[in-house]
Amino acid sequence: MTALLALQLTLIVPLCGALLIALCGRWPNLREAVTLSTAGLLFYLVIQVFGAVERGGDEAAALYVELWQILPGLHIALHSEPLSILFALVASGLWIVTSVYSIGYMRANQEKRQTQFYVCFAVAIFGAMGVAFAANLLTLFLFYEILTLSTYPLVAHKGDDKARAGARTYLGILLATSIGLFLPAMMWTYFVAGTLDFRPGGILDGNIGGIGATILLLMFMFGIGKAALIPVHRWLPAAMVAPTPVSALLHAVAVVKAGVFTIAKVVIYIFGLDFLVDVPHEVIAVYIAGFTIVVASILALRQTNIKRMLAYSTVSQLSYIVLAVLVLTPLSEIGAIVHIVAHAVAKITLFFAAGAIYIASKKTEINQLDGIGFRMPITMGAFAIAALSMIGVPPTGGFVSKWYMIAGAFQIDSYFVLIVLTLSTGLNAAYFLPIIFRAYFRKESVAPPKPHGEAPLPMVGAICITALLTLAVFFLNGPLVAFEMAVLGVPR
Amino acid sequence: MLSHLPILQVIVPLLAAPACLLLDRARAAWLFACMASLVSVVISGLLVFQVHQFGVLSYSLGGWDAPWGIEYRIDLLSAYVLLIVSGIGALMMLAANTAIRIEIPPERQPLFYVLYLLCLAGLLGIVATGDIFNVFVFLEISSLATYALIAQGRDRRALWAAYQYLIVGTIGATFILIGIGFLYSLTGTLNMQDLANRLPQLENSATAFTAFAFLMVGVCLKLALFPLHLWLPNAYAYAPSIVTAFLAATATKVAVYLLIRFHFSVFGVGFAASVLPLHSIFLALGLAGVFVASLVAIQQPNVKRLFAYSSVAQIGYMIIGIGIGSATGLQATLLHLFNHALMKGALFLALAAVVFRFGSADIRHFAGLGQRMPWTMAVIVIGGLSLIGVPGTVGFISKWYLVLAAFERDWWPLIIAVLLGSLLAVIYIWRLVEVAYFWKGEDEVCREAPLSLLIPTAILALANIYFGIDTRLPVYLSDSAAQMLFGVGP
Amino acid sequence: MLPELYNYWVVIVLMMIGFYIVIVQGNLIKKLIGLNIFQTSVFIFYISVGKVADGSAPILAEGVNVYSNPLPHVLILTAIVVGIATMALALALVIRIKNAYGTVEEEELQERDLQC
Repeated sequence: MTALLALQLTLIVPLCGALLIALCGRWPNLREAVTLSTAGLLFYLVIQVFGAVERGGDEAAALYVELWQILPGLHIALHSEPLSILFALVASGLWIVTSVYSIGYMRANQEKRQTQFYVCFAVAIFGAMGVAFAANLLTLFLFYEILTLSTYPLVAHKGDDKARAGARTYLGILLATSIGLFLPAMMWTYFVAGTLDFRPGGILDGNIGGIGATILLLMFMFGIGKAALIPVHRWLPAAMVAPTPVSALLHAVAVVKAGVFTIAKVVIYIFGLDFLVDVPHEVIAVYIAGFTIVVASILALRQTNIKRMLAYSTVSQLSYIVLAVLVLTPLSEIGAIVHIVAHAVAKITLFFAAGAIYIASKKTEINQLDGIGFRMPITMGAFAIAALSMIGVPPTGGFVSKWYMIAGAFQIDSYFVLIVLTLSTGLNAAYFLPIIFRAYFRKESVAPPKPHGEAPLPMVGAICITALLTLAVFFLNGPLVAFEMAVLGVPR
Repeated sequence: MLSHLPILQVIVPLLAAPACLLLDRARAAWLFACMASLVSVVISGLLVFQVHQFGVLSYSLGGWDAPWGIEYRIDLLSAYVLLIVSGIGALMMLAANTAIRIEIPPERQPLFYVLYLLCLAGLLGIVATGDIFNVFVFLEISSLATYALIAQGRDRRALWAAYQYLIVGTIGATFILIGIGFLYSLTGTLNMQDLANRLPQLENSATAFTAFAFLMVGVCLKLALFPLHLWLPNAYAYAPSIVTAFLAATATKVAVYLLIRFHFSVFGVGFAASVLPLHSIFLALGLAGVFVASLVAIQQPNVKRLFAYSSVAQIGYMIIGIGIGSATGLQATLLHLFNHALMKGALFLALAAVVFRFGSADIRHFAGLGQRMPWTMAVIVIGGLSLIGVPGTVGFISKWYLVLAAFERDWWPLIIAVLLGSLLAVIYIWRLVEVAYFWKGEDEVCREAPLSLLIPTAILALANIYFGIDTRLPVYLSDSAAQMLFGVGP
Repeated sequence: MLPELYNYWVVIVLMMIGFYIVIVQGNLIKKLIGLNIFQTSVFIFYISVGKVADGSAPILAEGVNVYSNPLPHVLILTAIVVGIATMALALALVIRIKNAYGTVEEEELQERDLQC
């Protein structure tokens, strides 16, 4: 199996999987088996591509396939480079874990329309793979929209009025930003640069003036609504009406990660780091990201619902990545990329835990969590590890990324960035630590409907795996960082 | 036989029409009409092929040579439009038998096919002919058939809509007749090619300007350019659904073709430039049409009216393409001719399915339709995405070229306006999608549309996606036609 | 200028009368009359343009050298037929409207539509 073939199969497999899942709808166990085996197969394929990218050289350079030409200059093409393979690994790997968790959750909660759920999930992963491996901006845009459309039924899954309202906000903001800002920005890029390909060093150098470049950058930043910068962030808390597995994977991993991944790709491969350094007022973008970090953290502080708090926390953490990308130093870029991974595994752990708490005890509010650490020690333990990662405490992955981000900020003496990072670390601690404190150090104040222990085994298993991954990012940060150096062409 | 194809294109449906009159049974008439329209498609295909091989085809009626006799002149632009019209005509005909079952009483159904074929013959004739008076005659043939077709609608307001359209349409056709009269009195010829040769010498003649003005206004009445569009929403809303589908996808396209023919081939692009900023007027009216019509569409409770206003907006885009005044702009218009036919054809056919099941296209019937008629709603979603201009659909391609043309002139406000228009389309499409997928339906039981309606609809919907990805054919045809009209290519 | 171009003046006057009637009149039949006048003015225009100075009717006859232009006559015959067809269709529509609404006045039609 050549890596090139594996690359193309990574798109076909989830799509075929979706079809098979739809066909097996009437036999739940078979359907679940199909989901898991498709996820496993996909992960295997991504590993194959990863191998080729890691080996580097001609084999890596050859990982490009043009699928179709729509118009002269507009192609649908795939390629793989270190950044994309990382996103693909995260998405496909966590699909397996989330599928395990979903099976536990959906069955325990006896949700309706489970087949629709799994089918849409698979199509969403198809979209995520397309976003990851897109070789040019048009292909990325297409799959970005597929991702939006396929996750809409997932957000509206519960089918009641609140779900519909939330889904309406979700779709509305994402479509409005992508068609209103992202698409024009893409067209503008094409008209000045003559191409939409992702190339090292960017394609805009010499083609667009200073103010124009700033406006274009801002159009991309707000147009890529999935990265949830304020004020286009409202879809994220609104999407919390979805069942927790949806929130977990899509809003902690695939959808929002597609957003920041797209921003990273645009900054690195469309604008080019060296070009952006010379663009005046690029620092406006940095301010916007910093603003989002702080404001979202403050909003998170004021939430009483667990999932909504996590949603605002995600908004804040995503802007960490955007901020680090826009600081434009190699070290901060590394921090951004590591944080894509670290945040993914930590956030998914947090959402899994929230879902487990809901399934086991029907509790959704923070003030109901007193003493729950005794009933659900494993779940809350994992929650604690993940929360420490969010705050940025060793030995978790979040520490590694924060380290690099701070180092990157030092490289350009940016006091703004340093202040933002410090302030937000404090705010993160302010809203996470009290939960851990409540869980372990208070007596149970709100009695659950019936006595309970941990959530069902599939859910707990998934939580443990992701918590361990959070720790793994810390311990394995060496190879990870070295791999990402290749993205930027920086010698170690 | 092959040399007579230009005239056969018109004669086949024209003779088939009274033949349908003889076949008194609805089903027999339908089958015969299907055959006639399929033959027309084949002829159009052959014509495209011939023009591609041999260049412009010229056919003299009755052996009388141009410019004294009536000439049928098929160039790349005509062949392209002929293909669109006959293709849509045939597809709609396939669905017609089922679609009219509830809207037209059985004894009148054979007559319906007569009218349909006459309308088709008229539209094909307008495109195929090279004689300006012949254009008027075929225009009236198709218009009269259209008025009668619209009046077949079940709602009594269809009669009033048909009457209004008759008044407006006849005024428009009479304006065209006046224009033709002035041109004839000035040049002595009715042949379009000959006129094109003679008019440059008469460039500063007031008569020629008057003729141009009358012709333009007459055509714009027919094509529903803002603010001359007021007949269209009523006509489309109350006509039988299959009639709306057919007209929305063809009648206004042929009027746009006529505009292009007069503006580029007969008079030449720069003709009125010294007297009137025509291109600016087109831009302004096109943009006004896009915004006003889209805004009104958002508030419509009847979905057929909603899409009728949407059609006015899309026609606005086509006029903007002409108003930009470059070959790329014209190519965008020509592409949109093709793409809009596909989009609106699919959408109105899907609406025909809804009307078939519910009796009307009020938005209340759409509640919960996503579960009960999933394939029909899927078609509406695809058509809607195409209207918005999402990449991967055919609507994106025409918007792309429009923006490209505006970009070549550095007209940033225009680009922003076009994209704002897309956002307005998002609003009214989304309203529909939300009601269909996320509201509870009323308790009336309803099944999916019958296959005979569903298959042509699905074909059009898939064509929307197919031609949005494999754009070679429409892009090649529109590009060659645009180049030729600007006098650059062969 | 005025005496020689009197035919154009007639055409214009008729055209404007016809147009005015179509727009202003509320009665459907009267609108059609206006439409008819409008169309007729165009016919007169064509035919009057076809007259050649000192020409006789365009029918071959002994001893006649100058004929008027026959082509406009032919065109107008076609246009008249089209006009008749249009009028017939329009009148049929008016009858159907009368049966359906009970009136042929435009304002009453709109009122009855709004009531429903």
